[in-house]
Amino acid sequence: MHDNARSPAASARKPETFRDAASETPFVRHLLIFAALAYLAFFLLLPLVSIFVEAFRRGAGAYFDALIEPDALAAIRLTLLVAAIAVPLNLVFGVAAAWAIAKFEFKGKAFLITLIDLPFSISPVISGLVYVLLFGSQSVLGPLLKSHGIEILFAVPGIVLATVFVTFPFVARELIPLMQDQGTGDEEAALSLGASGWQTFWRVTLPNIKWGLLYGVLLCNARAMGEFGAVSVVSGHIRGLTNTMPLHVEILYNEYNFVAAFAVATLLALLALVTLVLKAVLERRFGAEIAASRKH
Amino acid sequence: MTDTTYAVAKWRIRKPSVIPGFGLTLGFSLAYLSLIILIPISGLVWRTASMGWGEFFAIATDERTLRALYVSFGTAFVAGLVNVVFGVLVAWILVRYNFRGRRLIDSVVDLPFALPTAVAGIALAALYAPNGWVGSLVAPLGLKIAFTPLGIIVALIFIGLPFVVRTVQPVMEEIDSEVEEAAATLGANRFQTIRRVLLPGLMPAILTGFALAFARGVGEYGSVIFIAGNIPYVSEIAPLLIVIRLEEFHYEGATAIASIMLVISFAMLFIINLIQAWSRRRFGHA
Repeated sequence: MHDNARSPAASARKPETFRDAASETPFVRHLLIFAALAYLAFFLLLPLVSIFVEAFRRGAGAYFDALIEPDALAAIRLTLLVAAIAVPLNLVFGVAAAWAIAKFEFKGKAFLITLIDLPFSISPVISGLVYVLLFGSQSVLGPLLKSHGIEILFAVPGIVLATVFVTFPFVARELIPLMQDQGTGDEEAALSLGASGWQTFWRVTLPNIKWGLLYGVLLCNARAMGEFGAVSVVSGHIRGLTNTMPLHVEILYNEYNFVAAFAVATLLALLALVTLVLKAVLERRFGAEIAASRKH
Repeated sequence: MTDTTYAVAKWRIRKPSVIPGFGLTLGFSLAYLSLIILIPISGLVWRTASMGWGEFFAIATDERTLRALYVSFGTAFVAGLVNVVFGVLVAWILVRYNFRGRRLIDSVVDLPFALPTAVAGIALAALYAPNGWVGSLVAPLGLKIAFTPLGIIVALIFIGLPFVVRTVQPVMEEIDSEVEEAAATLGANRFQTIRRVLLPGLMPAILTGFALAFARGVGEYGSVIFIAGNIPYVSEIAPLLIVIRLEEFHYEGATAIASIMLVISFAMLFIINLIQAWSRRRFGHA
């Protein structure tokens, strides 16, 4: 019915922002936009809204009680601690790996990049399992470390290791394409002017990659704080001791303590929203400086 | 450190360069990669290898294992297909149309990446349970979503949603409008242009997005276990069966299932790389 809208005469009457022969009729356009938005509202917005509705089902009092309860506070502290260890580790690795891969030509580079991406294609449960096999009571290493008083599994070190594993690629994969795009010209100039290697890194390379680095750290941190599967396998679920926030949410939910579960969940949802906002800000303001990393 | 750099240079593993730090950064990267990723994974491989073929085969062909793998791969496949259709649609409206709130929508698409899976899991379970907002709507129709494989598909649609959008979007942005105009001047209608001209160029990106969403869906745990009901042989996913075997201290069982999943994910990764290499050759972008 809107067939003639495509003819030049029709578009002359009704100025359009989009080209003619290579676009759809307004009717189809609105239909497609509506369908896509309905899909996103149903599958993204509805779950997000329901978290907050469920959390406040019994009012603000019950909500805040669930947050200041000792086990919840312990879970929040542990989550922050784990992220505070795992994220810097992967940051240092990401910068080192990106430096080696982007600034030099060597054999086996493509294979190395594939290996770095490996944790993304492994189920989180398997990421936890490999550490259970390595440090569990049936392994060689586990009893040996235990006899020296070192606990890895069902303790904080295991949780940190599992978190490092699943967040391993985040910083590296943001930096590698960015630094490959930037090439080696700036560094060579600095070196030829007499700067040392470290001076070149701190004063030339780091300022060039800082927004891309921040972008990677942001995504790495969101995953580190929210990781569930891998951490669940190695944690042992000891309340107040080895429960991170996502694990605490699970325990509360399985105890049918829905308001408390969703209350803690709102904190993680807020973390996700803050991450998305910062991500959007970085993409908009420093798009060119992190652009290479968006082409995945 | 200088020794290794020199040796590396002499052996021509890398091209000479004036930039320092090759030995340090590559050495650190490889050491860290080995400690965190490679050694633990080879532990899994070694454990599987020392199991003996008979035992491995018995676990792999166990009815419950097979059903769990079938549920994981089947639901991930269906969810991937749904996300292909709607992912392309979302990418299309984000790239081609200008409407109010477009940038907001663009950012919101990444929500499943940012939202912890356990949070997504309990939210979806509450929504789709028989007394939830959506669950109570479809209950009179005799439809049960939560605690059935349908619930798993819903969770995997949520988790996989950004993959197709984010792989297709950049390729769509680079499409030259001239090809569409050329098609139109040659008498193609809009539908023909999209199907015969645009879609073939987008196909590698769509396939990559599908493969990424599928791979993620197969291994997904946190968002699924709350909504799945976890009924053995019906709605029990493979990652959950690994956890159950671990809790029974049946390490061989857990290891065998994990190895099967690993082999399949590596095959997936390999296929993704092939698709990208093929698309780079054919279309000049990945």
